[in-house]
Amino acid sequence: MRHSNTYIVGFAAAVCLACSVVVATSAVGLRSRQDANRVLDRQKKVLTVAGLISEGEKVDPQQVEELFKQNIKAKVIDLATGEIDPSADPEAFDQQKAIKDPNRSREAPANRAGIRRIPNDALVYLVEPRDEVEKIILPIEGKGLWSTLYGFLALAPDTTTIDGIIFYQHGETPGLGGEVDNPSWKALWVGRQAYDEEWDPAIEVIKGAAGPPAEDPYEVDGLSGATLTSRGVSELVRFWLGDKGFGPYLEKFRAERSPA
Amino acid sequence: MSKQTKILLDPLFDNNPIALQVLGICSALAVTTKLETSIVMALAVIAVTALSNFFVSMLRNLIPSSIRIIVQLTIIASLVIVTDQILQAFVYDVSKQLSVFVGLIITNCIVMGRAEAFAMQNPPVDSLLDGIGNGLGYSVVLLLVGFFRELLGSGELLGYRVLPVVSHGGWYQPNGLMVLSPGAFFLIGFFIWALRTWKPDQVTED
Repeated sequence: MRHSNTYIVGFAAAVCLACSVVVATSAVGLRSRQDANRVLDRQKKVLTVAGLISEGEKVDPQQVEELFKQNIKAKVIDLATGEIDPSADPEAFDQQKAIKDPNRSREAPANRAGIRRIPNDALVYLVEPRDEVEKIILPIEGKGLWSTLYGFLALAPDTTTIDGIIFYQHGETPGLGGEVDNPSWKALWVGRQAYDEEWDPAIEVIKGAAGPPAEDPYEVDGLSGATLTSRGVSELVRFWLGDKGFGPYLEKFRAERSPA
Repeated sequence: MSKQTKILLDPLFDNNPIALQVLGICSALAVTTKLETSIVMALAVIAVTALSNFFVSMLRNLIPSSIRIIVQLTIIASLVIVTDQILQAFVYDVSKQLSVFVGLIITNCIVMGRAEAFAMQNPPVDSLLDGIGNGLGYSVVLLLVGFFRELLGSGELLGYRVLPVVSHGGWYQPNGLMVLSPGAFFLIGFFIWALRTWKPDQVTED
């Protein structure tokens, strides 16, 4: 059957229009549910990296909320000074939105983690089940090979011993770079030192295998077949530990705790 | 067997898209490490093949043949996005584990293949059944592979411990191969072998 060109163009336009209406309706209609899921997932990841729930454990939403409320104190801090901003509401703070807002973010200094903008303020999570801070959890993000990786890094109160790392969103190749989710690889980070004696970020994902933390305190095994993802992770962790990232905050944290 | 039952049930064993036509292997390898992801993926594929067949068939007399492939793709792609959105809203954890593979249903040859080969020539209800049937044919393989991979690879089913593994003081040593993609290759191979022993007319001559 032959059709006129007008018919073909008209038909194509009608199909596109109908399909886009369907897609847009479903995306908009389901957004609030998806956002709620995302927030819950992030809280779950914070609890996981804090060691309060185990990897892959099934926990219902109320339990997550309760555990979060009991153990975690979120604080909004000024990245440049490291001061806690008591007026900001940590629950309403959305780092991704802040980065997109020119008034609340600035251009990132040249870095190798693919970070273009950094927010003026950032969230930190303190694991504080009783009166004492047991762990500090920092949000981290940066470019891997294909995608931006978003995750959390947990530090012991000495601010240098790494207590865990977790990524909650990335689009790296499953089986290669996607192995950043592999529990046995993540376990390799635990017990390593983030900073050297001069308090410069020293942790690094190397090519090949590193020894146990006591021998190679600053090195983590690379992911085989995923050199660029490994490098990205290395760079992004160091960036956020550095003085443009959470460096000033962690310095303040140490100063407050040391018996001067 | 009536014509419509035949359309629905044929793709399960007699004309299985994975075992006989060897389509859709890529995602069958990727998402079957656990039974739960296999089930969700199977449902997603059934929904997409069924609905895309249905809509393509409804439009089959209107679609200009010069742009038919692109129209089919547009319909399939829209359905895949909607499916993905629904999964993200209702089964977020599973949708994260499926990651890109839900989006890649678009490129699953079964979907395009059925739209072009069946839905373009047949009325909507038959096409819907054909879509469900082919989705089920894909699902049978997916579920079998997912079942054995999770059982042998981690000693669990749907996250519940079935075989007591050595690391938890049991006797079962998990088979690491099953967790990796090559394990799925072997299982699909065994499935095809078993199927062709049962139905010798599917054996291809050299």
